[in-house]
Amino acid sequence: MQDQLESIYQQALHDMEGVRDAEALQAWESQYLGRKGQLTLMLRQTGQLPPEARAGFGKRANEIKEALQSLHLEREEAIRQAELARSLEEGAIDVTLPGRTQAMGGLHPSTRTLRRIQQIWADMGFQVYRSRDVELDEVNFTLLNMPPHHPARDMQDTFYTTQPDIILRTHTSGGQIRAMREFGEDGTQPIRVILPGMCYRYEQISTRSEIQFHQVEGLAIGKGIRMSDLKGTITEFARRLYGEHADVRFRASYFPFTEPSMEVDVQCFLCEGHGCSVCKRTGWLEIMGCGMVHPVVLQNGGYDPNEWSGFAFGMGPERITMLKNGIEDIRYFWGNDLRILEQF
Amino acid sequence: MRLPISWLKEFVDLPADLSVEALAERLTTAGLEVGKIHYLGIPQGDPRYGVPPSDHLVWDRERVILGAIQEVKAHPQADRLVLAVVEYGAAEPETVVTGAPNLFQYRDQGPIDPPLLTAFALEGAELIDGHGDGVQRLILQEKELRGIPNRCMVCSEMELGLSDEHEGIMLLDYETYHHIAPGTPLADVLGDAILELELTPNLARCFSMLGVAREVAALYNLEVREPDYSLPPTSGESVESAAAIDIREPSLNPRFTATLLRNVTIKPSPWWMQWRLKLIGQRPISNIVDVTNYVMFEIGQPTHAFDYDILMERAGGKPTIITRLPDAGEELKTLDGKNHKLDPATLLVADTKGALSLAGVMGGLESEVQDPDPETGYVGTTTVLLEAAAWNFITIRKTMSSTKQHSEAAARFSRGVHPAVALKGVMRGAKLMCEVSGATLAPGILDVYPSPAPTVVVDFPVSEVERLLGFRLEKTEVINLLHRLQFEVDDQGDMLKVTVPDHRLDIDTGVIGKADIAEEIARIYGYDNIPNTIMDDVLPPQRNNVSLDNEDRVRDLLVEAGLQEVINYRFTTPEHEALLTPMGLPSSWGSFDYVRLLNPISAERTALRHAILGSLLDNAVTNMHHHPSIRIFEVGNVYYANPNGLPDEPRRLGILITGPRHTGWMGETDSDNVDFYDLKGILETLLDGLHIPARATTYRATEHNSFHPGRVAMLKINDEPVGVFGQVHPLVCDAFGLGLDLQKPVLAAELDLDRVLAYTSETFALQHIPLHPPVYRDVAVVVDEDRTAAEIADLIWQSGGELLREVRLFDVYRGQPIAEGQKSLAYALTFQTDIETLNDKAVNRIQKDIVNHLEAHGAKLRA
Repeated sequence: MQDQLESIYQQALHDMEGVRDAEALQAWESQYLGRKGQLTLMLRQTGQLPPEARAGFGKRANEIKEALQSLHLEREEAIRQAELARSLEEGAIDVTLPGRTQAMGGLHPSTRTLRRIQQIWADMGFQVYRSRDVELDEVNFTLLNMPPHHPARDMQDTFYTTQPDIILRTHTSGGQIRAMREFGEDGTQPIRVILPGMCYRYEQISTRSEIQFHQVEGLAIGKGIRMSDLKGTITEFARRLYGEHADVRFRASYFPFTEPSMEVDVQCFLCEGHGCSVCKRTGWLEIMGCGMVHPVVLQNGGYDPNEWSGFAFGMGPERITMLKNGIEDIRYFWGNDLRILEQF
Repeated sequence: MRLPISWLKEFVDLPADLSVEALAERLTTAGLEVGKIHYLGIPQGDPRYGVPPSDHLVWDRERVILGAIQEVKAHPQADRLVLAVVEYGAAEPETVVTGAPNLFQYRDQGPIDPPLLTAFALEGAELIDGHGDGVQRLILQEKELRGIPNRCMVCSEMELGLSDEHEGIMLLDYETYHHIAPGTPLADVLGDAILELELTPNLARCFSMLGVAREVAALYNLEVREPDYSLPPTSGESVESAAAIDIREPSLNPRFTATLLRNVTIKPSPWWMQWRLKLIGQRPISNIVDVTNYVMFEIGQPTHAFDYDILMERAGGKPTIITRLPDAGEELKTLDGKNHKLDPATLLVADTKGALSLAGVMGGLESEVQDPDPETGYVGTTTVLLEAAAWNFITIRKTMSSTKQHSEAAARFSRGVHPAVALKGVMRGAKLMCEVSGATLAPGILDVYPSPAPTVVVDFPVSEVERLLGFRLEKTEVINLLHRLQFEVDDQGDMLKVTVPDHRLDIDTGVIGKADIAEEIARIYGYDNIPNTIMDDVLPPQRNNVSLDNEDRVRDLLVEAGLQEVINYRFTTPEHEALLTPMGLPSSWGSFDYVRLLNPISAERTALRHAILGSLLDNAVTNMHHHPSIRIFEVGNVYYANPNGLPDEPRRLGILITGPRHTGWMGETDSDNVDFYDLKGILETLLDGLHIPARATTYRATEHNSFHPGRVAMLKINDEPVGVFGQVHPLVCDAFGLGLDLQKPVLAAELDLDRVLAYTSETFALQHIPLHPPVYRDVAVVVDEDRTAAEIADLIWQSGGELLREVRLFDVYRGQPIAEGQKSLAYALTFQTDIETLNDKAVNRIQKDIVNHLEAHGAKLRA
């Protein structure tokens, strides 16, 4: 048996010479060291030896077992190193092949701009109030100081429905009345809201004009709100939306529901005021209309204009997006061509 | 409105150092927006800041000058050319060759006295090429014309960049310009800039040269020179004996004035008047008509000239001008030749015989001023009744909309002209008519003024400046600013009594008047001079908008799931939405009325949509040729008309997916088309993200004719239906233009977003990570084909007890050894408890309960 043991040992050492990979190593292990391996079986037979021979044989068998186990560990490590080396050597790929495209979703550009606008105003204490799309003529016009046949109605070409006095809102300004009546508590509470929403105008669709567009109206009502506050607040907004150094210009204008009324221009951020095609060589970009809430509108909202005052403003997210992204055709917005939308 | 600077200067002396551009900028910031500046021959830009290159032709001061044609001679070689001898300030006159037809009459007639004044260009001058398309430039160079050397040119208006006129050369009026020496730069004679003003409706008072001049004077603190309203000497019978006025509707026609002019000679108006009318884009017609236009643009008062003899003839004697509403069925032909059936709200100028004019909008054809007719020897109108009136602006607007008639007069009256200006208009018109037509004025003025405009006085506390505008202004400064706008101010301590000048109708009284006055102060003070401040009033109650927050959460979840948001027109047509239902089947979208447009802009957009699905199918068509895979959603309103008032505007979520699940990469073939379960997975992900418990939601097969009959489900939350989804019916896809591709299904969902979001919550209990290991068991049962996976899962839940944590279907198998008409469903069950590690025995017991329950309900444990 002693000879048999030594012979197994020599055979194991010899076989190990040919082991080159993990699979062969596994086979080698089960042949010699596994539960039914030759060495294991040999060890189990120790009991059959005469007692005086048992100790010597056992000692030698365990020596051989340890030697083979350590040889196994050694070879295992060697094989791992070799496989790693081979993998590093053979694993070179063409890094210039295109990547696998991941299906990404995206928000519509109008939504993105709306969110940016809403976020800035929220920081200044203006929360979103939403009002309806299809509106009463009275709310859209009359209560905003534009009674029937008022010349200012010419400024907004209106979609009428087949139901009398029901129209598609031409601006979100009508929401001012609804917000004042809902939050004003009969003209006793101050208000700060913005009113985003879709508006509709009867216009020929072209690269510059659409029959449907978003507007964000803003309204602040309080005791002691002044035109200087309006200027300061709008300037702050423009600085945050258009950049720290955005230069803002206020021009007198006319809206029936504000007085005084102003148009706000921001210095063209594309040409920095030198004049380009986007700003029509004026160096300025028109970004919104605003003004002090007209006394008639305050009254219609339940406030006493002798004590209360306020300001309102309105801007177009699509126009802002067009300016910021160099979009020259407003029809892209509802065209929903994924080749456009996926660029945002 | 076009405003020539040369005309403006008649009423104000502009500061010498004020550039056209600076003036335009100041007017713009004061609310008179200058949309464009047209330059005539002069360079643009403020010389102080350097002159930028000009797009328009600039007349070289050395080479484009005033010339005087002294004689015209025949060209020795050519009949269609002549030689013009031009004096231009040099020692010797220059002879030039020209083909201008308007010089032929002077050919070989000897010296012309007085000489013909013209624009003369010297060699090297830059001009517009008269034979080009109107924009090509040329530099004048010496060249021989039929044997005669030629180095200079007499110019047409086109060559000077003034107009398209190239028939003959431009001749200037000798009367007007004889005192200017030949050789003077043309820029100093005709050079001009014209401001194109875009006036808002509140600026009715600025619809004239004088009106803008008043604003300019106020902005720069200048004096205004009013036009000469004095009347020329009168003769003959008085106007009172010649005509009468009868106002039937004093509230609609507060004032009517008229004068009579005799011995009128109809002829072209003088050069200076024609020139000014041309500068503002009006076509000169004849002297009397031109005066009515001129006065309107000069002071803002439209006037009208009647042929008095026609009125006499119609009346059979002394005519009476009647202003009234029309009789039923009455008609009128206006001087543009259009016949109008008159709406009851249309106000008319009439006489005893019938209608003469659409009041304030347009004169009638029959009574207009008549041109001479050389063929018959008719000399034209010789006696003119000139009227100027004031009209209620709403009446004018009604007339304009019912007759669809527009005019410069209507543009002014429809915004409001103060009645005080009517009298000025008739006086100014009479004076100019006498000057340009040789007429004599009859004594007196007919002036019927039954409804005088009240003098508007506003009580304005000086403290309002600070309250409304936000800065302190000394009282004297406030008064000064108001004086500059011709307000009269009575200083009563803190209170100012402000009287509004009688050319303005836009200032109200009371609390509105205070705002009106504050605006005027701010405008003239300059908006840029008002400080910027931050609101220091009480911060109002702050309110979350939960509805919007949730809506945005839906958007974010879907974007995270790889979908692209779209936003569509809310417009559609009922016919287009009818395509959502295959032919011959009833619609499953309910029988609601559409919100229909009274004035649709196109045949494709006549109503507001009932469903988002149609919009999304349109988007799929738009993108199908360049995007094999489409994954889109829209959050937006749909509209249901309500016969008793405003429509319902429910908020919807629409989702559409189609095409390969993965984009094939480098020939990889794992690109199966998406199916029902991809869409369902998106919905499950969405509801999970909204923290709507899966246990609260049910998916049941349903019927909906827009979808594949076997692949459509209703989504319910807590038993309330919230939407429908599934594979869009192939015939619907085909009808929308996607084709009939059965291998590439289109999956879509339409959910009522308000109902879905009613079940979401910001607060939800976090599931902690279990401390004890779970025990997993698989159960496979064989059931009849018509049993659903959800049913079997429900049975498992019912019998699983509280230790059952998850039931997940992992395999559906049909075929051997399962009998025909049956299927095997395999579920992975997870058991767990928070208090101890489960032992096999306990789980075995529960599993047995589950199996018993399943078998009691027609499922058979699969061996």
